[in-house]
Amino acid sequence: MSWLAALLVRDMRIAVRVGGGALMGVLFFLVVVTITPFALGPDLALLKRMGPAILWLAALLASLLALDRLFASDHDDGSLDLILTGRAPLELVVAVKGLAHWLTTGLPLIVAAPLIGLLLNLDATADAALMLTLLVGTPALTFTGLIGAAISVVLRRGGLLLAVLVLPLTVPVLIFGVSAANAAVAGPAPFGAPFTILCALTLASLVIGPFAAAAALRQEME
Amino acid sequence: MRLTASELACHRGGRDVFAGVSFTVASGEALTISGRNGAGKSSLLRTIIGLLRPAAGRLALEGGDPELSVAEQAHYLGHQDALKGSLSVAENLGFWAGFFGAPSIDLHKPLDAVGLAGLAALPAAYLSAGQRRRLSIARLIAVPRPIWLLDEPASTLDAAAQVRLADLMRAHLAGGGLILAAAHGSIGLDKAQELRLGEAA
Repeated sequence: MSWLAALLVRDMRIAVRVGGGALMGVLFFLVVVTITPFALGPDLALLKRMGPAILWLAALLASLLALDRLFASDHDDGSLDLILTGRAPLELVVAVKGLAHWLTTGLPLIVAAPLIGLLLNLDATADAALMLTLLVGTPALTFTGLIGAAISVVLRRGGLLLAVLVLPLTVPVLIFGVSAANAAVAGPAPFGAPFTILCALTLASLVIGPFAAAAALRQEME
Repeated sequence: MRLTASELACHRGGRDVFAGVSFTVASGEALTISGRNGAGKSSLLRTIIGLLRPAAGRLALEGGDPELSVAEQAHYLGHQDALKGSLSVAENLGFWAGFFGAPSIDLHKPLDAVGLAGLAALPAAYLSAGQRRRLSIARLIAVPRPIWLLDEPASTLDAAAQVRLADLMRAHLAGGGLILAAAHGSIGLDKAQELRLGEAA
């Protein structure tokens, strides 16, 4: 299984180096959430009510940001050819690349979320609940996005197609992520039900994403 | 070990690239594939490594590891160098060594064999085209595999590096390996069979 570690380490290194997607994603997230209060005005009650939705939307867009280059850069420099000829099953390769992407773009968002919660007038409990929903929900965004990234790999300007393909698929994650976070922030609806469905959506995407993306890659490399 | 292709055909983009290609290469032998642009040299190599599905014919490997496919016993050196500019020379080679199942090798030896040992810490983005090609070739040395599929391996190399590549290829053949190389000119091997594509095929 050494190839697994090699691929994970390589993708994470590329993401955190100059021109990688890790820093860009978290900065984008911070900027979007920071400018929102300026647009909405200093209405604390409104910010508190909209906070989870804003954070979730920003997290969704930030995780899409670096996704279009995930396979495309490997395709462009010939790495994907060698990866396809390797001993590793393509589904696992795709899953490992998804994991590396999530560790470098999804996880920093969750770490930054409490900081940004202050700007949206969220208290400590609400922040913790929001972090929990992001922790559980962002892998679903990445692994659903893998499918779009694989489909758009041979296209120039694939990022636009990626957004059009992936955003509708993330609607359930968004709905249950935001409603779980809202339940924790404002009540009175229960937190458990939407949170459990969010967990289920993530688990389903962890299984479906790599298989669908690998099938798309195989189709395109012919 | 013997790699045999019989009546291989390749069909891409609605046209036949080549058809009826047959050859046999045994351990210690080299085959150079020549032909005009578009004759299907690269497509033939990509068919052998399994990136393209042959439209007809079959490919058989005798005497190899029966547990492994042809692709898993072969190195493919394509037009593209498969290097990441933000990773250093050693990190690039280390990744491919790890990915191809040799994670803990000493990277100095293969880098030295292609004359890049002094640049191990340099990001690959700063390498010239010839140096990038040499770093790709180091991959073949780092992870031993019997079959080398080389697509115009000498294209960006200077004279000294071409001689060095020919030495590496001779050493590989002497060790029982086999080489299939697509090339327009000579690749510096004396006793290579030649396969011409695109002529009365």
